[in-house]
Amino acid sequence: MKFRLLYFASLADRAGCAEESIDSAAGDPAVLYEEVRQRHEFTLERARLRVAVNGRIVAWDHRLQDGDEIVFLPPVSGG
Amino acid sequence: MNGFSLCPDAIDGAAEARRLDDAGAGACVVFEGWVRNHNEGRAVQRLDYQAFAPLALSEGGKILAEARSRFAVRAASAVHRTGSLAIGEMAVWVGVSADHRDAAFAACRWIIDEIKQRVPIWKNEHYADGESGWLHPDNSPVDGAR
Repeated sequence: MKFRLLYFASLADRAGCAEESIDSAAGDPAVLYEEVRQRHEFTLERARLRVAVNGRIVAWDHRLQDGDEIVFLPPVSGG
Repeated sequence: MNGFSLCPDAIDGAAEARRLDDAGAGACVVFEGWVRNHNEGRAVQRLDYQAFAPLALSEGGKILAEARSRFAVRAASAVHRTGSLAIGEMAVWVGVSADHRDAAFAACRWIIDEIKQRVPIWKNEHYADGESGWLHPDNSPVDGAR
């Protein structure tokens, strides 16, 4: 399946890009995060993150569909 | 009007406060978050705020809607800056009007706390020594080694 990933803050710095399109067989965001985490050497544990699919926060076992936009959200620090 | 917005330019607090006008309101509480020149003992020169805009707007809107159902307020509104901010600039503005001050203070406090916990906005501090780093909600660095 093809996914579009957006990166913010420390994850964007690590990945060296703000977004990328990837092909992956990952069925849920948890599996997908482990894939990209290894490739980009992300140091943030999945337990520290939230994940949004197509602009909505979802559970880590949310079933991914071809064409989904996925954002792994680092701990926020607004305000 | 009640809403949460992101603002790439300087926030006009006086203009925002007019959104809170209500003839039934006897209290107005406003919180302004400013960029300070230090954090965790380090001198800070400026900040960058990055937002995941679609989700920030929907999550911020949900917080304001929740505030209106939890507290007896007339109006609630909030704005968060994005982009590069200098020391002293306003990073966030939260305003609430209510019939009485107890609800206005409580709602304003609750809203800013929820924004800091939930809204997908990230702060990057640029230090006087030339380094920079993304921060966690407790203002500790994301990457332990920096």
